[in-house]
Amino acid sequence: METKHKIRVLIAKPGLDGHDKGAKIVALALRDAGMEVIYSGLHQTLDQIIQTAIQEAVDIIGLSIMSGAHLPICEKLMAMMKEKGLKDICLTVGGVIPHQDIPKLKQMGVSAVFPGGTSFESITLGMNKLFE
Amino acid sequence: MPDVKEILQGSQIAGARAIRLIDDNDPKAFSLLKQLYPHSGNAFIIGITGSPGVGKSTLIDALIFEFRKRDFKIAVIAVDPTSPFSGGAILGDRLRMQRHGADEKVFIRSMASRGQKGGLSRATKDAAIVLSAMGYEIIIIETVGAGQAEFDIAAVAHSIGIVTIPGTGDGIQAVKAGILEIGDIFIVNKSDRTDAEAAVHELKMMLSMRNSKGQESHLSRPWTARVLKTIAQNGTGVKELFDTFLAHFDFMKQNGRLELKKKHLERLYFKSLLKDLALEKIELFVQESMAFKETLDQIESGTIDPITAAENVTNDLKITCNLKAIRNLKVRDN
Repeated sequence: METKHKIRVLIAKPGLDGHDKGAKIVALALRDAGMEVIYSGLHQTLDQIIQTAIQEAVDIIGLSIMSGAHLPICEKLMAMMKEKGLKDICLTVGGVIPHQDIPKLKQMGVSAVFPGGTSFESITLGMNKLFE
Repeated sequence: MPDVKEILQGSQIAGARAIRLIDDNDPKAFSLLKQLYPHSGNAFIIGITGSPGVGKSTLIDALIFEFRKRDFKIAVIAVDPTSPFSGGAILGDRLRMQRHGADEKVFIRSMASRGQKGGLSRATKDAAIVLSAMGYEIIIIETVGAGQAEFDIAAVAHSIGIVTIPGTGDGIQAVKAGILEIGDIFIVNKSDRTDAEAAVHELKMMLSMRNSKGQESHLSRPWTARVLKTIAQNGTGVKELFDTFLAHFDFMKQNGRLELKKKHLERLYFKSLLKDLALEKIELFVQESMAFKETLDQIESGTIDPITAAENVTNDLKITCNLKAIRNLKVRDN
């Protein structure tokens, strides 16, 4: 039995936007890239997301945000992750993210941003890269 | 490595990381498990199995609600299948249990089956040890749900609930031989559908013919399997199900039945570990041997058939192992 460090990803949709087809399709693409994907569904509070990330011992949190609230959500979640000592978990964001916001997100500590239109290949490559 | 003391104090971060190391078969996992094992063993472990779509996750969600009403600390391990092609998995069981997401006394962990075929993953039992050491009083394990051949749960759980729904063909499709024999409580979920009574009736009939000399004859089993109807979606019948699990727990605690069961499961655990470890050692040993390389060449060149080759190598192994064992003994004598 060899050691197998599989990448575990939590795909979560925070807040009120009620549209998760994109998140589900990304989840499938990550599965096909050999990752274990925990899909937690719509309307997650940030507390729920943190709790799930802890219990599932994930490597990556992938938020899907299309409501335009990505900046405050990511800022708050990063702060909560810091407070809980989850420094090993990478936060990534996808969805409707204007390009001018990407540097701001990176500055908060978000590891990678995958705005709408990013190919599956770029997403899986980008996620794998976080662990090289 | 996660701190053992923190795990024993119930830290979710430390416990979850420990399960992760075990799941990944990290070299540190064994030492961690050895330290936690003496502190495990107080949890009551419930297995929930049944075909896909019968409502196992929704039922567990409703059960968590009942257990929390009585302030039990409860953990859930939900196993979903790993894709044999990509090695990846979508773990979606906790999707139906999200209302407990902010409750600190509920711990839900999804696991991917990672190539195991009996409905659990290799590390499920070990994860239950960690959760028990963390102080969870109740551990519910949800199997993959492929259906008719998921018996691994019987080597881990103290009480097994089998979930089915009305209208599955001739009624007994979902609970044939084997799966019928491991159940303690049978649940006809979605019982607002037509034919629910027929499903209950058929189950009861099958159970009356069940071979009571099966798995638990050593426990002189007077527990009569129950058949219950539920509608997990709206909670109908879930209180009764909860009471029945508790009743089974009480029953097990009488006359040392639970202790006997635990001893039995401990032996099974030892045997399965032994198999894993021995196989790993033998594989390594064989693959490094000259005979193995020579035999591969012979198969390649067509001078030997694979059947004879496998026989030869394993026969050879027996002799080599014996020689090694003798040599080790001699070393020890000195």
